[in-house]
Formats: sequence, structure tokens, C-alpha cells
Amino acid sequence: MAIAGPVEALMAVALVGAFVVFLAPDDSAGRIATLVSLVPVAGSLWMYAVFDGSGNGLLGGDLAFESSAAWIALGRYEVAWHVGLDGISLPLLLLTTVLTTLALVSSWTPIDERQSQFYGLVLLMEASLIGVFTALDFFVWLVFWEFVLIPMYFLIGVWGGPRRKYAAIKFFVYTNVATLVMFVGFMALVFGLGDSVSSFDLPAIAQALRTPGELGTFFGIDPGTLRLVAFTLMFAGFAVKVPVFPLHTWLPDAHVEAPTPVSVLLAGVLLKMGTYALLRFNFTMLQETAIANAGVIVAFGVVSVIYGALLALAQQDLKRIVAYSSISSMGYVILGLVAFTPYGFGGATFQMIAHGLISGLLFMVVGVIYNETHTRMVGDISGMADRMPWTVGVFVAAAFGYMGLPLMAGFAGEYLIFQGAFASTVIPAAPLVTGVAMFGIVIVAGYLLWAMQRTLFGEYRLATDYDVSRAPVHDVVPLVVLLALVVALGVQPRLVYDMIQDAVNPLLHGGVLPWW
Amino acid sequence: MVVEIGGFAVADWVTLAPTLVLVAASLLVFLIDTVEPRPGSSSNAVLAAVTTVGSLLAFLVAGYLLVVGVGQERVTGPVSMFNGQLVVDGMSLFFVVIVGSVTALVALASYDYLAGEAYQAEYYALVLLAATGMSLMASANSLATAFVCLELSSLPSYALVAFYKDNRGSVEASLKYFLVGALSSSVLVYGISLVYAASGRLQFGAVAEQLGARPEFAGVLGVGVVMVLLGFAFKTASVPFHFWAPEAYEGAPAPVSAFLSSASKAAGFVLAFRLFLTAFPEVGGLAGGDPAVDWVVAVQVLAVVTMFVGNFAAATQEKVKRMLAYSSVGHAGYVLIGLAAISAPDSGFVLGASMMHLLVYGFMNTGAFLFVALAEQWGIGRTFQDFNGLSTQAPLACAAMTVFLFSLAGLPIGGGFISKLYLLAATAKAGTWLLGAALIVNSALSLYYYSRVVKAMWFEEPDGTVEIESYPTSLYAAVVIAAVATVVLLPAFGLLSPSAFNAASGLF
Repeated sequence: MAIAGPVEALMAVALVGAFVVFLAPDDSAGRIATLVSLVPVAGSLWMYAVFDGSGNGLLGGDLAFESSAAWIALGRYEVAWHVGLDGISLPLLLLTTVLTTLALVSSWTPIDERQSQFYGLVLLMEASLIGVFTALDFFVWLVFWEFVLIPMYFLIGVWGGPRRKYAAIKFFVYTNVATLVMFVGFMALVFGLGDSVSSFDLPAIAQALRTPGELGTFFGIDPGTLRLVAFTLMFAGFAVKVPVFPLHTWLPDAHVEAPTPVSVLLAGVLLKMGTYALLRFNFTMLQETAIANAGVIVAFGVVSVIYGALLALAQQDLKRIVAYSSISSMGYVILGLVAFTPYGFGGATFQMIAHGLISGLLFMVVGVIYNETHTRMVGDISGMADRMPWTVGVFVAAAFGYMGLPLMAGFAGEYLIFQGAFASTVIPAAPLVTGVAMFGIVIVAGYLLWAMQRTLFGEYRLATDYDVSRAPVHDVVPLVVLLALVVALGVQPRLVYDMIQDAVNPLLHGGVLPWW
Repeated sequence: MVVEIGGFAVADWVTLAPTLVLVAASLLVFLIDTVEPRPGSSSNAVLAAVTTVGSLLAFLVAGYLLVVGVGQERVTGPVSMFNGQLVVDGMSLFFVVIVGSVTALVALASYDYLAGEAYQAEYYALVLLAATGMSLMASANSLATAFVCLELSSLPSYALVAFYKDNRGSVEASLKYFLVGALSSSVLVYGISLVYAASGRLQFGAVAEQLGARPEFAGVLGVGVVMVLLGFAFKTASVPFHFWAPEAYEGAPAPVSAFLSSASKAAGFVLAFRLFLTAFPEVGGLAGGDPAVDWVVAVQVLAVVTMFVGNFAAATQEKVKRMLAYSSVGHAGYVLIGLAAISAPDSGFVLGASMMHLLVYGFMNTGAFLFVALAEQWGIGRTFQDFNGLSTQAPLACAAMTVFLFSLAGLPIGGGFISKLYLLAATAKAGTWLLGAALIVNSALSLYYYSRVVKAMWFEEPDGTVEIESYPTSLYAAVVIAAVATVVLLPAFGLLSPSAFNAASGLF
């Protein structure tokens, strides 16, 4: 196995690029950062083209672009630099690199001070996000997982809105506590495994946990309880990031105060860290516990769907609407995961990608409108369709994508989730629960149609004192690119769905040991 | 006695070379002062250079001895000398590395900080003498030696805190420090006398051997052990003798605060580790059997209370230096986990975690205090608000300070991330869930108050008209070196952690 490969190369480009941009003059920082970020895009596309992995990376599947090197020892546990890609991580890697570049371009207009710091931080975040989705050693993964907070904290705190300082610290402390809680849960599992693992290698730990009898008693806690405790701690930790009701309260603050390009990354990629981790840890390693408690978990998911949608319905701020609707959409991912059906897992993973693209797109559109009008309140704007035809066109398309219009990515994701959840034997009263969750779509349609009607159509009126003109080309290009991706994945989901399905199937069959 | 260092046979006292280097450097400082006693002359540079080079040399020699395995299991085992009064092993060398590196940074920074002050030779000599005492504390192996070493490091510290003798704050701080120090020393020495009464021995190993044989002295012994524990609470700035720390650190010149809160704390801990694990293991029930005095539980209580007191007090401060002082108390609580979560199997793990935390802490905390020294040089005030918008004028120093603070908070930007997670993992491993929960709560709280400084530096607009005119080279260099070391300790953690774990295991 190689010591370093393409994954490290992508990270290194982003990392070195970040420091170059830090030192670059403000005028050119945005351009340099965008150019730098094209390298990871090209690299990840090339990896997509030549991807030869198969199976689930944690369950003995063939990893692509795998590399490994010894790092440190934690007591008798070896910590190694271990990265690699399977069918779940590659689409998320693509999502990260593509969205970063588009977010960088969409920053050119709104970010007008301390540019070099801004763009450098975004690249720094990209480097660590790549790490999150590729790391296969718990400790390495944790370093990246936590490091993401630092650039995010600055991006919200320095370039955010009026309450940016409050939002930044809330986000920071909330997610940091979540990590520590999750860490304790995972460590209890590792120590409970005793001699059967001697490293923090995630595949080794996952396989040991899926082998019956490997998890021993730990300080008088029997294995079953230990699983439950660890599952709960880890679920709580990841649920903050997703976010799942009732741990979502940091999200609207962070989203509303963050500058739009940062919201794009926050909704598009950072939330997926939570669902990705849930999939990799809770639903891969502790399946028995997940299945035994499916009723509780699905309740969190469905409540998030409905509650998030209802909150979105009550908002006046366009950005808040999109922010709360993310809670709703992430609830679907939970629903898909807990279904324990091939379509459930596949759809949930696909939904991560689809939602990443669509919510990123919606945030970007709202941002472009804000750039021109300097308001995001629904009541302040009316009839934008006349003034910004391209932007409004994309807005309408994105909103319909969010509502699950067929031939767009959101439809494929949600359809697969519903089909998977409907047929689930794990969720109690699966058809009924799925039906309730599907009702969320109706609410989504309600608030999005209402918001569009008020702001985009009707007579032109603007409460703020700005002269609205067409958005500059570099504002619109990322919108069009994203929309094209959304449509492409809607028309042909198999562009990524095949590899996703291949990677999630072992979760149900042919893992280390099917336990049922 | 003859020992082997890297293939050469030498007398055993040669293994004390790092300490001897510090003594020699302090004598050299006095000598230079005799030759050229005029204050404010170019000799200040020479004094600072001698101190920096001396402590750097101590650091390097100790590091070399550690690497070649002197005093460790893989070569000869602990080098015991002077009838077992001093011992050189992995543990002592590891802590001399910490003391040496902190002293070097402090001496480097002091050159600019003290520019124009009188009595510089005395300052550097006191720093070196205190460092000597600290490095001897790492080697002390009997109750008598331990007390003497502890005083050798404390007495110069009192004087250093009062270095600005015309400054009321500095003098008041020193007086408080001295009074609490005197009280806790008397508590400690009384505790030692009780232990001596119960065991009839002073040498740590001998104490342990005698204790089991005299169950009738259990009561005297118990009081003695608790009093010794309280005595160490002073040196490590732990509850209940912590309240001198915020006063002393705030009133003292900032480099001295850095020195005391990093090096002095580490020295107090190494002595406590050695004493409790080699002299009192049976007392705490570590060697099996019923504990006579369950000092492990006492330390657990102290650890939790220290964490909470330190962090909650830090969260309510308005002055950055005082916040750092209380955070230093909080970190003492984290390090106490090393003794609190100790359990018979695999105990080297948790103790090693504490040692690594102290090592990383040596850089990140020293750096943070040195940044405050820099701010004092600039005359920008002491509160959080006074740091507003500082990043626009001094981005490099502010970036370094951000590294220190985030690493102190346990974010993966420096070695503090791994060492704190080590400690958390250790609590999980020992099954001391309450300790783990306390660590999580306090860690979150600390992130809040550390980021207040970050917020002031980067988020806020500069509100004053303070123009930074000078960028003092040596202070800047010290801050940047500390920042680089803090960051490098994240990927390079594994290069050092084996020596910490081996050294820790060597005590059992």
C-alpha cells in the first residue's frame, strides 16, 4: 500500500493553496483561490473516472486510492494515517470539491474585505473536509472532523451578519461538545473490544464490532448495554452536526449570520459530515442496537422532517427558510438510514449528495438576490422576475428541485428513501411512519411556493434603497453549473447511485457476518 | 557508581548534567554581573543569551539522555545516586525537557520585556536557580530532598514575582504568593514528618516498604499523606491552594507568569507523581488490598473541583492575563487526572497522558503568556476589549496566540488536541465516568472563554487609536517558536509519547 496517493495530493494542494492565498494581496485572492480549488475538482473527477473500488470500505470492500502510514501509538493502540475511498466517500468527496469551487466563485461579489483571509480559510476548510470523507483511522478522521470547526468559526465570526459573534460561538461550543461526547462513546467501544483490536483503524473496529462475541464486558457494563450507551453518545454527538431535532438550534443562527458562500458550504457539505458519520459509525458498527431502537431513531427523524418544515413555514427571512428546510431534509436521511433496506441506505446516501447540491443552489440564489437588493425578508421584495430573469429562473428551478420534482436530484433521493422506508421491516408501522414523513414534502411545497410568489412574481417593489440590475455573470455561472448537476443527477441518478448501492449493500448482506 | 551513556562509561552524577548546566549558567550570570555591573548596558544581551543558551543546553542534554535511554528500562534502569536521594530516570529527564524548553523561551522573551530595567542579572540568575530547583524536583527521591528542592524553586519564584518592586500589583502578588507558599510549605513539611513518624524512612522506596509493616500507624500516616497532597496542591496551583495563582500570575511580569504557570507547575506534578506512586502505592490500594487512605479518591475529588473552579472562574474574568491564570488552574485539574484515573493495569497510559499534556502545555501556555507580555510591551491594556482588532496590526502574533488558545481548548491545531483526548480516553479506560464528564463540561466552557480572546483579536473592529510601533524581535521570536512547537507537536506527538509512556510505566 502506498504511503501517499491522490487523496493526499488533493489535500496538500488545498492546504498549500490556503497559505499562498493568506499571503496574497486582497485584490487577487479570490481568483487565486478559485484557480487553486480547480485542482481538487479536476483531481476528484479523475478519481471518479478511474475509480476501481468495490464494496463497503469499512466491511472489507476494496478501497480505491488507499494509502497508509504509521503515525502514533496511543497506549497499545496504533494510530495510522489511513485514507481511502469507497462508493460512499467518493461522491461526497466530489460534492466537497465542486461546491467549494462554486462557493469561492460566488464569494467574489459579496466578500469585499479581508479577502485573502476569507479565501484562505475556505481552502483550509476544503482540505480538512477532504480528510473527513477519506480518513479510515478514527484518530485521523477526528483531527479533520474537529479542524473543520476552526475555519468555520472564523468565516462566520468575521464575515457574518449582525449577530455573527453569537452565532459563531454557539456553533463552535455546540459542535465541540458534541465531538467530545461522541469521542467518549467510541472509546468505550474500543476499550470494550479489548484485545481484539490493536489500532484505531475504522475497518478493523467495524468488523470486530459486527462479529458476535467480540465486544466484552467493560467495567461491569455488559456488551448489550455498552452498545446502547455508545450508540446513544455517538448518535447525540453526530445528531448535533446533522442536525436532528432537538439539537438543531445552532443551525439557524449559524446559517442566517454566515455570509452566503459559507452557508452554501455549511448546508452543502458540513451537515453531511453528520449523516456520513452516522452511516459510518452508528449504522455500520452498531446495527443491532440501531435496529432494536429503530422506533426511537425514526421518531427523531420524522419529527425533524415535520418540525423543520413547520419552522421553515413560519419564517420571513429567505435564508432562514432554506436553513430550516435543511433540518427537514436531513430528517429524510435519518429515515432512510434507519430503514435498513438497500434503497433506504442507498437513498439516504444519495440524498446527502442531492441535498448538498440543491440546498447549496438555493442558498446561492438567495445570496445573489441579496447582493442586488441587500435584503432577504420576504416582505421587502416583490417582482424580482422582471429584473433578474436568469437568477429567478434558477430560483424557481431549485425550489422545484427541493420540492422533489421528477428529473431533479431531490426526487431521486427522496423517492428512494420513501421506497426503502416503506418496505422496511425494522421501522415499526413503516408505511404509516413513511406517510407521515412524506407529508413534509407538502409543507416544503407550501413555504417555497409562498416565498416565490411573494418575492419573485407580481409587481416590482423593493423596500431597500438599491438599484437592482442583472447579476454579474460570475454570480450566475455557479448557479447554472449547480442546476446542471442537479438535473444531471435527476435524469441519471446512476452516475453516482451505482457506486453508492455497491458500497451500502454489504451493510445488509455479506458484511463480515450477517447477524440475522 | 558507573553508568553508561551512549556507549561511554561515566560517573553516575554525570546523568545530572542538565541540572548542572543550569547551575553553571546561573553562576556564569553572577560572574558576568560582577565583571560588568552597570545596568542597561550591552551586558543585558549577554545575560539573556547565557540564560537562553544554558536552559536550551539543559533541554538538549536532557533530550539526548532521554533518547539514548539513560535511566530507563531498556538500558540500565533508574540511576540512583547519593544513597537514593536523587534518581535519574525517564520521568525525571522528560520533565527536565519541559522545564528546559520553557526556561529557554522565557529567557528569550525576557530580553525585550526587561529592556531598560535594572537588576537584570539578578532576574536571570533567579530564573536559572528556580529552574535548577525544578529540575531537581524531577529527580528528588526522598522526602527531605523533595522538600529542599521544592524550596529551592519556590524562593526565587517569590522574588521574581516581586521583580517590579515599585509596582504595587507586583509586590502585592508576591506577598500573597509568599504567604500561601509559606503556609503550604509548613503543611507539607508537617505531613512529611507524620509520614516519617509512621514509616521511619524518608527515601520514597523505603517508605513504601515500611508502611505495610506498621498497620498501627495507619491514622498518623493517613493525616500525613493528605497533608502532603495538600502541600503539592500549592505548587501545582490546584484546589485548595490555588488562590495565589491568579494574583501572582497577574501581578508578576508576564514572562515570570509564563515560567511559573508552565515550568513550576510541571515540576510540582512530577514530584507528586513520583512521591505518590513510589512511596504510597499501597496506601492508595494500588498494589492490591484495601487502601489505608484512598488518596486516589481524594485526588479524583481535587481534580474535579480544580477543573470546575479554574474554568468557571476563568469564564468570568475581564482581564486576559487573569483568565489565563485561572485557565492554568483548570489545566492543573486536567493533569490531576493522571493520578485520579490511575488503576492497576495499564496505568502507564493515563500517567503518560498527563505527562504529554504537561509537555504540550509547556509550549502553548508559555506562548499565551508571552503574547500577553507582548501586549504589555505595546501598552494596549489588559482586558479583552483592549485586544479588539489587534489582528489588523499584528497578524502574525495574533495567529500565534490563536494557535495557543485553540490548542489549550483542545482543538486539532496543536498538540493540546491529542493530549486532551488522551486524558479523556484515559478516563474512559479507567471507567471513571464522572471525571470524563467533568472534563467534557470544562472543555466546552474553556472553548468559550478562550475564543473570547480570539473574537476580540479577529472579529472586533479596533476601537482605540493604539498604534503598535515596535515589534520586539526576541519576544516575537519566542512567541513564534512556541507556536511552531505547539503546531508541530500535533503530527510529531508520536515521536515523544513513547518516552512519556515508558517513563510513566517505569514508576510502577
